[in-house]
Formats: sequence, C-alpha cells, structure tokens
Amino acid sequence: MTLAPPHSPKPKAVALISGGLDSMLAARVMLDQGVHVEGINFYTGFCVEGHTHAIRREARERPKRNNALWVAEQLGIKLHIIDVIEEYKDVVINPKHGYGSNLNPCLDCKGFMVRKAREWMETNGFDFIVTGEVIGQRPMSQRRDTMPVVARESGAFDRLLRPLCARLLPPTLPEREGWVERARLFDFNGRSRKPQIALAERYGITEYAQPAGGCCFLTNAQYSRKLADLWQTRGEKRYELEDILLLKVGRHLRPRPHFKLIIARDDGENNFLLGFRQRYTHLHATSHAGPLALIDGNAGEEDIELAARLTARFGQGRDADQVTVAVTDLAGHTQIRHVRPFTADEIPQTWYL
Amino acid sequence: MTAHVLDVRHLLCPMPVIRLQNTVARLPVGDTVEVQATDPGVLHDVPAWCRVHGHQVLSVSETAGEIRVTVQVQGS
Ligand code: SF4
Repeated sequence: MTLAPPHSPKPKAVALISGGLDSMLAARVMLDQGVHVEGINFYTGFCVEGHTHAIRREARERPKRNNALWVAEQLGIKLHIIDVIEEYKDVVINPKHGYGSNLNPCLDCKGFMVRKAREWMETNGFDFIVTGEVIGQRPMSQRRDTMPVVARESGAFDRLLRPLCARLLPPTLPEREGWVERARLFDFNGRSRKPQIALAERYGITEYAQPAGGCCFLTNAQYSRKLADLWQTRGEKRYELEDILLLKVGRHLRPRPHFKLIIARDDGENNFLLGFRQRYTHLHATSHAGPLALIDGNAGEEDIELAARLTARFGQGRDADQVTVAVTDLAGHTQIRHVRPFTADEIPQTWYL
Repeated sequence: MTAHVLDVRHLLCPMPVIRLQNTVARLPVGDTVEVQATDPGVLHDVPAWCRVHGHQVLSVSETAGEIRVTVQVQGS
C-alpha cells in the first residue's frame, strides 16, 4: 500500500480512454468530483480504430474520427496517445494468463495498459489511475477475481480506481484520502449496459461509440484465425506491424502450406496493397478489371499458375474462358499468363482463412 | 519561431497524430509544424488533437492525395 499526499491541491487522475462509453463515464464521474483528469490511449496495432478508414472504402464513407480523441473533446480533457506497438508484442505472444475465446490476451493486456498508465502517472506527477472497468462486464478481464490481479501486476495497487464499480471493491487510496467521495461512485455489476446508459443520460451524453465486443481485432474470430495461421506457417510466434495490418486487409486464401494469397476486396484495399508491391510477388488481371493480389510465401511455378487463376476468379473476368494476368516478381520482372479462372465450386472452403 | 516539417506520409492513423504529439512536446510556443500525410484520417484527427490540446490549426490542404496541415504550438 502506498501512502503519499497528492502532488497538487487538486488531485490529478490519468484516465484510460478507449473511445467507448464506459471509460468516458468513468472520466466524467471524476470530473464531477473536481478531479483534474487527463486521458491516455494506447495504440497496439490491433486497435479497431484508425487505419481501417484509410483502407476499406466502406469505412471511408463513415465519419473518420478517432473515438478516443472525440471523447476527450466532449469531456474537455487532454488526451495522450501512446505508441506501444513494440512492447505490446510480448503481451500477445506470451500472455501469462492465456487467451480469451480468440487470440485476445485481455487480462495481460489490461495489466499492461494500467502499468503503462502508472508509469505515465509517476513521470507526470499525477496521483491515481482511472479505468471504466465494470465487474462482470467481460468474461476474462473484468471479473471480481481478476480486478486485484490487474491492480497488483500493473504495480498500481490502490492507486487504481474504477469509479463505475468502486463501491463493490475495497476502498482505494483516492477514496481513503478523501480525494474522491466513495458515496458518489457506483456499484455497476454484470453484463447489462442499462446502468451505463442511464448514467450517460443523466450527464446528457447522447452520442457514443457502441461497444462491439472488444476494443481490438484480437477478439475477432476470423482475424485471430489469420494470426494463428501466420504463426503456424512461420514456425514461431512473431509479427511485425506490417503483418498485423495486412491481416486486416483483403481476402486471405492459403491454397498450399507454403504460400497464401491476399486479394483486395475494393478500391481502397487495392490502393493500400499497392504500397506493398515492392516486397511481394503480386498479380493483377490485365484483360479485365480486377483486384491486386499479393503472394505471401515461396510460390513455385505451379503455385503461380494457381495464384493467377485465383486472382482471375475475383475480378470481372470470373466467367470468361480466359483471363490475362500480369505477375511481377520481387525483382520487378513481369510475366504475362493466360489462365482459366477458378469457378466458385473449385475453391475449397478450407483455403479461406 | 521556427517552421518544422513532419513527414508522416504512408503512416496510418493514429500514427500521424502520435508523431505530431511527440514533436510538439519538444517545441516552444509559436513554432509551427507542417504535417505532410496521406491518410485522410489526418484531416479529422490532427484538428481534433489540436482542439484537445489548445494548439492552433493554421491551414489545411489536400491535393492529389497529399494532405498538409499546419499547426502552431500554443501554451498549455
Ligand atoms: S479486447 Fe483487445 S484491447 Fe481490449 S482488453 Fe482485450 S486484448 Fe486488450
């Protein structure tokens, strides 16, 4: 237990802001109690926010806002966005507490983020950390028995306050020191969203991002399957930012163990994949409009023929007898192939990742 | 007062705003930073970040997929 006075007359809290409603409310509750609040948001590379706007056309048509920044603006607080891409790899690759239903290491992730927030708090002379966690809200990381694990493993201990469920937990330092009033904190519990929605109404908050099962792609079954496939074919659990961004883009088909094909699904993805041309053998139809496809792995002569037929399948020439496909290798040499597109029935479902 | 250029072309959001934040943290009030970017998210994120931190957006332009946003550092 730590017992130190606050660093200034007005207590200062750093609030983890995800862009969703719960963390917004938690910060708002603190502001209501006269606490100076600044937000912190971590970019892991797996976040649902952000670059999908730059990639998919359908995402481009939605408002291009960063929800964490938007929340900060609504609350009138500063927001510090921290790049944790490198450090986060260890959380995803070696989670001490294992994975959730997909490759989401939620408990380790929470501990990691609160630890980073604690380091930020110490460096910047803040007094405590605030999160929007609610007991029972998520099966892995937000349970009564995991709350102390996060507080302990992050090193935040009793400087970690969860205003939305604090009254169900032992009093923390900010409560004991009177920096915040425990009676004006909450006892939200369980998966229902009703108490949060009612509190939002009380604060006049009418617009907020809908929680969509998690704040990152690791909770997505299809995405996790592609990541598992990446590790399995590499023979080790390792990734770079480029790998995990590419997993968000295009159709991924693995017709052979030693290579897969990434095929753009719209113009936005086509443009995005164009940026990777120099580093991958790539294909596109020249006789018909169609997508760009990248080959990830070592494709031999027969494999390239197969990749060309698959690329033809996903373009305008899918019903043609023959499609001309340009294949450019890593050295920049282009060869032209005339292929018969695969029919839908000829592509085994098991090829789709 | 110095004018700086921050080249974040081909970086995807939120990296441009993170780079801007880290650059501005080292600059005195009055300096300007011209953010050069390609991700259209920058058109929204950089002004939002400036509003949140009290910095001023001096100009925004977009030509042929190249985005330029000039920001002036203000005191916090
Ligand atoms: S959903 Fe993703 S970001 Fe959220 S706690 Fe789980 S692993 Fe971390």
